[in-house]
Amino acid sequence: MNLEFSEDQKFVQQTARDYLQAHAGLEVCRAVLESDRPYDPDLWKGVAEMGWLGAAVPEEYGGAGLGYLELVLIAQEVGRALAPIPFSSSVYLATEALLLFGSDEQRREHLPGLCSGERIGTFALFEGVGDPEPAELAVELRGGRLHGEKLPVLDGDVAGLAVVLAKDGAGTSLVLADLEGEGVERSGLRSFDPSRSQARIAFDGAPAQLLGSAGQGAAQAERLLDRAAVMMGFEQVGGAERALELTKEFTMGRYAFGRPVASFQVLKHRMADTYARNTIALSNGYYAAWALSNDNDELPLAACSVRVAASDAFRLASEEMVQMYGGVGFTWEYDCHLFYRRARLLGLALGSADAWREKLIRRLEAREAA
Amino acid sequence: MDFNDTPQEAEFRARCRAWLEANAEPLDPNETAPNPLGEREDAGAVAAAKAWQAKKFDEGWAVLTWPKEYGGQEMGRMEAVIWNQEEAKFRTAPNIYTIGHGMLGPTIMAHGSDEQKKRYLRDMARGQEIWCQLFSEPAAGSDLAGLQTRAVRDGDDWVLNGQKIWSTGAHYSDWGMIVTRSDSNAVKHAGLTYFIVDMKSPGIEIRPIRQINGGSGFNEVFFTDVRVPGSNQLGKEGDGWRVAITTLMNERVAIGAGSGGGRFRDLLRLARTARRGGRPAIEDSAVRQKIADFYVTSKGLQFTGYRTLSAISRGATPGPEGSVGKAVGAPMAQQLASFALEIQGPMGGLLEDSVVPQEALWQDSYLGSPGLRIAGGTDEILKNVIAERVLGLPPEIRVDKDRPFRDVPTGPPGK
Repeated sequence: MNLEFSEDQKFVQQTARDYLQAHAGLEVCRAVLESDRPYDPDLWKGVAEMGWLGAAVPEEYGGAGLGYLELVLIAQEVGRALAPIPFSSSVYLATEALLLFGSDEQRREHLPGLCSGERIGTFALFEGVGDPEPAELAVELRGGRLHGEKLPVLDGDVAGLAVVLAKDGAGTSLVLADLEGEGVERSGLRSFDPSRSQARIAFDGAPAQLLGSAGQGAAQAERLLDRAAVMMGFEQVGGAERALELTKEFTMGRYAFGRPVASFQVLKHRMADTYARNTIALSNGYYAAWALSNDNDELPLAACSVRVAASDAFRLASEEMVQMYGGVGFTWEYDCHLFYRRARLLGLALGSADAWREKLIRRLEAREAA
Repeated sequence: MDFNDTPQEAEFRARCRAWLEANAEPLDPNETAPNPLGEREDAGAVAAAKAWQAKKFDEGWAVLTWPKEYGGQEMGRMEAVIWNQEEAKFRTAPNIYTIGHGMLGPTIMAHGSDEQKKRYLRDMARGQEIWCQLFSEPAAGSDLAGLQTRAVRDGDDWVLNGQKIWSTGAHYSDWGMIVTRSDSNAVKHAGLTYFIVDMKSPGIEIRPIRQINGGSGFNEVFFTDVRVPGSNQLGKEGDGWRVAITTLMNERVAIGAGSGGGRFRDLLRLARTARRGGRPAIEDSAVRQKIADFYVTSKGLQFTGYRTLSAISRGATPGPEGSVGKAVGAPMAQQLASFALEIQGPMGGLLEDSVVPQEALWQDSYLGSPGLRIAGGTDEILKNVIAERVLGLPPEIRVDKDRPFRDVPTGPPGK
């Protein structure tokens, strides 16, 4: 057993941290949040040049040819910075779907653009309120064309390429759709976290290309989401760790009753609890990252665990951040709400933590029955 | 990164298994592990434990991490954990050596004289002499340095008076390690001295404590004019706190290594058989959500333990981060047991092994779990450790730090 990231992997993480400290202070996130811009194009260009968008993509498709252990550490740093870029949609979902299910031709066509950042990708899965089962989907593939509406689609207003899960005869299929082409109408929506944009996408006969096997869409989507959950889990842990660090710094400097408020045991214990939840999420993340990098049988359960633990940890850390800052934590001016918003957005983006708990138990039962 | 055994670890694990298979009977994998807060071991169990330990020692499977000169194998922590994992799969005598081998032995190695090391360590390793720890007192638990058992010099000897409590296994132990107050004019932490004491000495009286779960693994130990030879002093006079810290640091390692796993197979089985709302409880989404949470936390703790172990096996010193395992794991054990009783409905209120599911495992666990949240550092102390030593938050304000111990107010022990 060796649970250390290698020196090379740690170097990748440090480089990412240094880069984001220099180019993605919280003011960068806030600038997007307070503007009509859906993301920060300069930062997007920058992280593309750093090679992060294709970190786990083989070099022949325009990637950096690193692995998932490097990618999750980059994701953790993206999370720390609350980077206002469509990283999760393009990297964990669209790029990942092409790597998993794309033909050589599809990979050659799409991956170089995704790796260079010229094209943004996303995954259009949800269709309204709740966590849908694939059998309930309304968006349909007929004669190679898509019909119906996806809502919400994270980064759907800025993506050029979407992986779409659609009904296809008796089953479901994953397809690729050009969002800039015909038969697509989309509109940006007010996002709970305006530093990450969201959209409604209406397909009216948009041409679509099968990705992977016809009729296997639900199973493929499930596999894709598992893998994305691991990467996003690290992003969430990164955000949670930063929230705790800032909370600590603030409470050490704020005095009440003649003492730093951080010296009161109630706050110390709450910060200890937050640290414990972050640790539990990160440790689940280690296991899931190992399962992801080996693509082994542990991944389905490990993905559920990290999804649940990381969503809960980031939520707790951000809620505690607002409360421990006190009144100023509730102001627009302070940065607490950046974390509070991002934590909720990421915690819901791949399906709610509660839905993942349910998935976990189903899988646990299946394993016990085997 | 790799969660699997390295080839060397796998080879060592196979060797452990081979020896265990030749010398012990494997447990049924569905068999429930015994409650961690031990029952009072009878003379037969102690004899069996001694025989098992001697066999392990003689064939090179005892005190794996200890130096060879004291009977150890000079192996790493990883090997010791692999051995423990494999040994736990077999029906063996109760382990009554955790405190001696994990905490007291390393303290003697760190602070003992050559004569003391020579006299005690080998016999401790082979398990023919059993050791207990005499630290806590009725008025000194979390604030251990506030202890009041007095040690007064008399010629070459010391004379001890006072009371210790929560001493696991004192009733079958040959030796104890005790921290005493030798100078109450000094400030709290400076006036302490550490001794090795013969548990058969005149003036020692041992009384079992009856726990809320009916067990009696712990004792009160009363000292009335107990004479301890000066040669049994461990470390310098007045330096007892530093020696005690060595013991307590090793306690963290000893306790931290075992955590994780969980009893999910048992819990799922219970939820499949119990009924709720006209169907098996496992089909109730509230039940499913909670089991998922327990699973995620328990796995997270298990992997946190593995991360610590992996770091230690690569030369890191175990740090205060290890406190997370107990700070979260102990309360969770209680919540898990309480949840299992909820699933049982009114049957959860019975202790009758013959009718209660899973031989009242969850009832026993619920009754025993408050002790887990206290022993070896309360929830609150562990959170202080995380807050102060991991996060670097301000220490608690101490009003007793700079005055002689005799001037520090103490309350009655309480009833």
